[in-house]
Amino acid sequence: MNDKKVIWKRKPLIKNRLLRIGLILLISTYLLSVFLTTEIDWQRILEGIPRGKNFIFAFFPPDFITRSDEILAGIFESLWMTIVATIVGILISIPVSLGAAKNIAPKFVYFLSRGVITLSRSFQEVILAIFFVKLMGFGPFAGMVTLSLSTIGFFAKLLSEDIEDINKSQTEAIKSTGSSWFQWVNYGVQPQVMPRFIGLSLYRLDINFRESAVIGIVGGGGIGSTLNTAFDRYEFETAAAVLIVIISIVMIVEYTSSHLRKLIK
Amino acid sequence: MPIIKQKDYKTWKKFDRKRDLQNWLCWFLGTLIFSFCFGLISSKTIWFYVFDSHNEALDLLGRMFPPETNYFFTLIKPIWDTLNIATIGTTIGTLIAIPLAFLSANNTTPSKKFIRPLALFCIVSSRSINSVIWALLLVAVVGPGVLAGIIAIGLRSIGFCGKLLYEAIEEIDENQIEAIEATGANKAQIMTFGIVPQILPAFTSISIYRWDINIREATVVGLVGAGGIGIELDAQIGDLAWAKVSVILLAIVVAVVFSEWITAKIRKAII
Repeated sequence: MNDKKVIWKRKPLIKNRLLRIGLILLISTYLLSVFLTTEIDWQRILEGIPRGKNFIFAFFPPDFITRSDEILAGIFESLWMTIVATIVGILISIPVSLGAAKNIAPKFVYFLSRGVITLSRSFQEVILAIFFVKLMGFGPFAGMVTLSLSTIGFFAKLLSEDIEDINKSQTEAIKSTGSSWFQWVNYGVQPQVMPRFIGLSLYRLDINFRESAVIGIVGGGGIGSTLNTAFDRYEFETAAAVLIVIISIVMIVEYTSSHLRKLIK
Repeated sequence: MPIIKQKDYKTWKKFDRKRDLQNWLCWFLGTLIFSFCFGLISSKTIWFYVFDSHNEALDLLGRMFPPETNYFFTLIKPIWDTLNIATIGTTIGTLIAIPLAFLSANNTTPSKKFIRPLALFCIVSSRSINSVIWALLLVAVVGPGVLAGIIAIGLRSIGFCGKLLYEAIEEIDENQIEAIEATGANKAQIMTFGIVPQILPAFTSISIYRWDINIREATVVGLVGAGGIGIELDAQIGDLAWAKVSVILLAIVVAVVFSEWITAKIRKAII
């Protein structure tokens, strides 16, 4: 009889023991330094809890009726903005994504397009919106420009990755027929990335609508300005109504877009 | 692929006539919707300002250059705060997202009729409210500062991570679960030995991806008072100190490129 039991242990996630301990130490020092450098005013939080409670109760019951005209106008404006911005953004993204695909573009164009993408991705919609509102005045036009430009960063990046993955033999076949560059893109590249293209457009439409709710806060028009006005007037019931409307529209858009994407696949 | 016969030669077309007409109809409708929407927008636009915007932009750029480089040293603390908001916020968000994801995945939810819709609703409402709006609400509750930013980012991350994670859980291989079940494992053991190892790669890549996004989001929650570099940005724009604003914008670009580089590195190390 053997007294020693054989016990099975799960393999540790990181094999190197030194690395494991080092990582744990690193993470704990980071957490400690965060804790030490962040000032948290517990007094203020204790004060804030009843205030927050009042604040949340002020949201009930949501009031759809008093400002229903403004809410409707805001939503429609957001929708127009979203549609136009998505289309314009995609139209600009197509050349950029062709330029940002390593297998198609020459080095110089590649780095230029990658630069455009990084720049567009670095800045949040809200920051861009602040500047465009300053440049072009208040209203949906500034919001539309903002959304179109931030569409580039998202759309061109993901589409160019898809273009880099295309099947080379198909494009070669088109090239061997003596096609021009545009014919080559149109018949060799475009059909291969089309499913992804449609999926991404629908996804971006969804994102743009959600973002349009925020850029209104800095003056970019749409439902966000309705929300901001409601907050400024301390009409929290209306603000609650606006939030509920945003959530439900996003839910509808998300369900339809995921359904459409499944249909296309 | 139809071949069309002309008088004396054949030519190839991509689509037949019916498909062609359908395509044109789609394009036509699309253009119609686009111009309709654009018309509505332009009716609310003061075009004078738009056409004047290039002068305004040149003027602004003139004020932004040269950037006030010394100002960068006062930015170090806000940048540190921004990184912390993103990191701690992501950690909190993912930690809350894990149980929610298990509750909302079709194959692990305890009750499909009652708990699943509830969990899904939590995920969707967290996703549909932008972190700036979360921050706006939280600044009123916990006061302006880093904490509001952390909670706002955390709340916004729940939806994103939860959605991707529950999709990953729904796609797991059932055979492995069955194998664990056959050893007589209980529910908790099935979870730790059957499900968790399968979704661990997805989980890490989701949380890294969200961290990358959160760095960007953390730069803006400060605009409504929730800590980080956004507070500085808001203050300097308010002061019209454009030479300082350009330093902040540069700092944001650097932070974002840095985070992208790190996530690429980590992803390579894990996969």
